[in-house]
Amino acid sequence: MSAGSESRPLPSRPSRWRHLNWRGAVSVITFFVLWHLAVVLEFAGFAELPTPVQTMSIFVTEYLTSIDYWNSWLVSFERVFYGFIIAQLLGIPLGLLFGTSPRFRNMFFPVFELLRPIPPLAWVPISILFWPTNESSIVFITFIGAFFVIVINVYDGVGNIQKEHMWLARSLGASRMAIFRRIMLPSVIPSIAVGMTLGIAITWNVVIAAEMIASDSGLGRLTWEGYVSSTPEVVLIGMISIGLAGYLSSITVDMIERRMMPWQEKS
Amino acid sequence: MTDKPVIIDSSTDARFGHLSVQNVSKVYDPLGAHVEALDDCSLEIPAGEFIAVVGPSGCGKSTLLNILAGFDNLTAGQVLIDGEKLATIDHPPRPGSDRVVVFQNGALFPWKTVLQNVVYGLVVQNRFPESEANEMGMELLARSGNLDRIAGSYPSQLSSGMQRRVEILRALINNPRILLLDEPFRAMDTVSKTTMHRYLLEIYDQYHKTVFFITHDLDEAIFLADTVVVMTTRPGTIKLRLDVDLPRPRTRETMLSQRFLELKQQAVSAVHEEAKKAFERGERELA
Repeated sequence: MSAGSESRPLPSRPSRWRHLNWRGAVSVITFFVLWHLAVVLEFAGFAELPTPVQTMSIFVTEYLTSIDYWNSWLVSFERVFYGFIIAQLLGIPLGLLFGTSPRFRNMFFPVFELLRPIPPLAWVPISILFWPTNESSIVFITFIGAFFVIVINVYDGVGNIQKEHMWLARSLGASRMAIFRRIMLPSVIPSIAVGMTLGIAITWNVVIAAEMIASDSGLGRLTWEGYVSSTPEVVLIGMISIGLAGYLSSITVDMIERRMMPWQEKS
Repeated sequence: MTDKPVIIDSSTDARFGHLSVQNVSKVYDPLGAHVEALDDCSLEIPAGEFIAVVGPSGCGKSTLLNILAGFDNLTAGQVLIDGEKLATIDHPPRPGSDRVVVFQNGALFPWKTVLQNVVYGLVVQNRFPESEANEMGMELLARSGNLDRIAGSYPSQLSSGMQRRVEILRALINNPRILLLDEPFRAMDTVSKTTMHRYLLEIYDQYHKTVFFITHDLDEAIFLADTVVVMTTRPGTIKLRLDVDLPRPRTRETMLSQRFLELKQQAVSAVHEEAKKAFERGERELA
């Protein structure tokens, strides 16, 4: 056979359930067992904490069927969603502009670089003063969290486009518009994906902190209220909820990214 | 179906692809560092000839190829193809689908399937409706080593040898006057390289395009080409033009023939002389 025999068939998508990650399940269970032991054996610092069993029972009796609790999820998810989406909608074009127009870059990149190091939470006061509603200021802070990382990644992605691809497209007769749409955009999709992965993680970081400082709703607020009312069970319920929410968001973003890049083999 | 346009018609192609490089020079950064990449290069390549260019690294082989492809301009001289001006000082060269390059590291679009890559030129120029272009692409793939079975694969799923084949077809489907190959098999092991040589020669015998082939590998150059051109070290000029009068079709035995060895001997001494100069200059520049 010639070198032709080296082509590989498309990998079939493995079923999630057949290859269930049992090691992962073991490690999660171990975590809760260790937590339980640490509280029962009164390790330093654990004296004030409830056991996972106590936390769980409070969760089931007071939160599982509580509309307020699920509303906190909804509110936080909404803020993350809007902040994240707006950051994508504005960040991707801005990154492309920085990458493609030297004039635009020379004019505006210094401003961008001055604003970029300011942590999202440092925007809280000005944001509250600027935006008419509390909700819009929190969405804005969330947006800030994702925006800069998205722009930087897209900008970087434009710089990393293979020059051979651009040359070939021109050789093959592609117009400027076709090169932009069919070569540049697909070339930066992997960078957009990186920006999304980082962005979604940062938006959760930011939204929780912003809620603690400046909101009366959301999972961050729930956690903070648990602390203020000296009910550590609530603090823990809040933290675990945030962890789950972030994890769900990451899985969703990951699925979207696979859709965006069908050509990339993922193991 | 019956009046499907045949875009690659080997019978008429021999008339096209006469390349004439006349006194071409190229200076990078003329006001600053003033690096002379090419100096008064002249080269006639008759239509349908397979020419291999060898020379030490940095001798301007790729610069010459980039000028032919229209990626770079020249600072003196001119290039004609079939009598038409391809590049002069006044008319900066433009890339065109009559001269498509196959690059050393491969440049298939990773987000497109094999078929989409092959027909990209036809589709983007609006020469044919997409369905017709796809049909032609499938036919070309099928005719060229049954590659139609990988039409739906993405490049990342193929070996580098397969990728290079697809790239050659992507150039070929545009019915170019000249195929430009920039060390396309450089990173390959000997066995895949041999397979690729056979494949390239099959294509060459079938379509008789003018081929401009850059390589480091003398065996490869002599085995494939009608003419081997040895370039001098920077600034690049033509040092030696070697007519390879080995009969076609070429086989493994060709490489063992007496004539092959004689040709190789001539080329080796020329190349080594230049390589030595390049090396010594490198030492001087470091000192």
